[in-house]
Amino acid sequence: MSDKKLGVKKLAIKDYDPKFLEKLLYDMLLIRRFEEKAGAMYGLRKIGGFCHLYNGQEAVAIGSIGALDLSRDYVLTGYRDHGHALACGMHPNQIMAELYGKVTGSSKGKGGSMHIFDAEKHMMGGNGIVGAQIPIATGIAFASAYDFKLGKTKDMGVTLCYFGDGAIHQGAFHESLNLARIWNLPAVYIVENNHFGMGTAVSRVSAVSDFDVKAKGYNMPGITVNGMDVLEVYETLKSIVKEVRENGIPWLVDIKTYRYKGHSMSDPAKYRSKDEVDSFKNQDPIVQLKQKMLEAGVLSESGYQKMDDGIKELVQASVTFAEESPEPALESIYQDAYAE
Amino acid sequence: MALITYREALNQAMDEEMARDDRVYLMGEEVAEYNGAYKVSKGLLDKYGPIRVIDTPIAELGFTGLGVGSAIVGLRPIIEWMTMNFGILALDQIVNNAAKLRHMSGGQLKCPMVVRGPNGPAEYLSSQHSQALASYFAHIPGLKVVSPITPYDAKGLLKSAIRDDNPVIVLEAEMVYGHTGEVPDEEYLVPIGKADVKRSGSDVSFIAYGKPVLLALQAAAELEKQGISAEVVDLRSVRPIDEAAIYESVRKTNRAVVIDESWPIASIGSHVSHLIATNCFDDLDAPVEYVSCEDVPMPYNHALELAVQPSVEKIVKAAKKVLYL
Repeated sequence: MSDKKLGVKKLAIKDYDPKFLEKLLYDMLLIRRFEEKAGAMYGLRKIGGFCHLYNGQEAVAIGSIGALDLSRDYVLTGYRDHGHALACGMHPNQIMAELYGKVTGSSKGKGGSMHIFDAEKHMMGGNGIVGAQIPIATGIAFASAYDFKLGKTKDMGVTLCYFGDGAIHQGAFHESLNLARIWNLPAVYIVENNHFGMGTAVSRVSAVSDFDVKAKGYNMPGITVNGMDVLEVYETLKSIVKEVRENGIPWLVDIKTYRYKGHSMSDPAKYRSKDEVDSFKNQDPIVQLKQKMLEAGVLSESGYQKMDDGIKELVQASVTFAEESPEPALESIYQDAYAE
Repeated sequence: MALITYREALNQAMDEEMARDDRVYLMGEEVAEYNGAYKVSKGLLDKYGPIRVIDTPIAELGFTGLGVGSAIVGLRPIIEWMTMNFGILALDQIVNNAAKLRHMSGGQLKCPMVVRGPNGPAEYLSSQHSQALASYFAHIPGLKVVSPITPYDAKGLLKSAIRDDNPVIVLEAEMVYGHTGEVPDEEYLVPIGKADVKRSGSDVSFIAYGKPVLLALQAAAELEKQGISAEVVDLRSVRPIDEAAIYESVRKTNRAVVIDESWPIASIGSHVSHLIATNCFDDLDAPVEYVSCEDVPMPYNHALELAVQPSVEKIVKAAKKVLYL
């Protein structure tokens, strides 16, 4: 199967409902501003530990999670998870408070940056072991297929499983994709290919440069997507999710993207050139969409400014919320290890 | 009461729980069409079909992690590892996910899953297939670990494990799958975290779990001929450990021999010895003795492999030492 068969729509910007475009722009900008603020607060030592920022990759989470029905679909990712959490509809307050380790955080201060969960919104983490979320996502897809096969549901929920180009070399990837295909589990495996596993360029550790070819080894469809274009991500994933929901055949999607920041806050990213970073910043997903909307006359510069101001206020409020929230009680160390 | 094998007891536990709750499914290598590498799952495929009794590829990490994922959205998987040795390949999913997801999510998730399979040495299997790995799992907060050795305990504990909302590792023993014992005709559960006094005595306490419980019972019978009354406490669960039951026995006999088929360093046995030494110091008439596996990998040669493991003779000798005989 190839992307030709998928029949992804290529719509002109004016064919979209302006409200929809505005939401995509808003959601991406919220992640950008949230991450900028998280980075700043980390610099002020308000946030500790490892903190992996999503700047530059916003179109991936927003475009793909936008194609889901989160009442029945699920999202899992690795430790660079703030963007996916926001894309699933989590409030910035919950996430910022978790980064601060406060009791009002999404995991009551037990998880931190790498472990953002919201079970009700089907954001299932947030995993700190490279690739360890891939078997779990496969299991959630298994549960969807299980209930469908037992006749308990009319169709299947789809699980989106995100991981980086570094994770694809783990055995967990291989074992999971094989399991998903032999049993036709409704999962979409998304490589957020930002070209670096921490400080190591993909070309140094991978025998292939386009990961969609690996799909052939599992007899499943694969595709490469431009992750700097939110509409391409959205349309591609919408078509894939619809197909997977119907036939259960999993997909491998290689989404090419770029992270503007280092691997984590402690990484100055000296392994890549300024020119390379700039070349991707010139394709910035937020700037691109904004430009297209301005040109199509569905957004004004003042409208954009107003949106940005509102987002900055919301993000600043999340910092205030986190700062003013109480620390967890010391007795809470004995809670949440076991279910009663 | 019916006389059944340990293997049948495990099978009945899974059968009854699968009949009771369609969230329960069984997955592992050779569990379905082959009826189980040790025939523990015999007949379950015919009864429950391929949606709920599932053969996997040889991919322990993958299918164990799949079990974790299905559990956090409401299924209750029973994952069979052909042996605990193969489960080492899946430790990441057990240690980093099954045991941690509830905690890292601030209590939002739960992971009701069972991982079961034979633990410890059998015969003529050399180093990779003869490892007693209880402490690998018991070390990890977020897990529960049980180690039944009689058909009665196997059935009752596996049923409890399947109903538990936490990940439970069930350590079985290859050498006892064919052992018989009585189980009630009516439904029953054995609670996780409760030890059982398998033999009452007054002179010395043997504290053990898993296969060494059987050695301890033989040693107690041997000692009885010499006029020594040994009590055998079967921990049954190693996380959580029933500390109260240990102390009650030691405070009665004032002497303790701990037996564990694991290696001695950082083992359940060494922890239990520490607990007794710390909490029963004033009650002890002798230092705690510890009979463990010798601190070497398991050899293939039969005489050598027997020499490496705890034995009736070693336990009798340890008992006499704490009795100053």
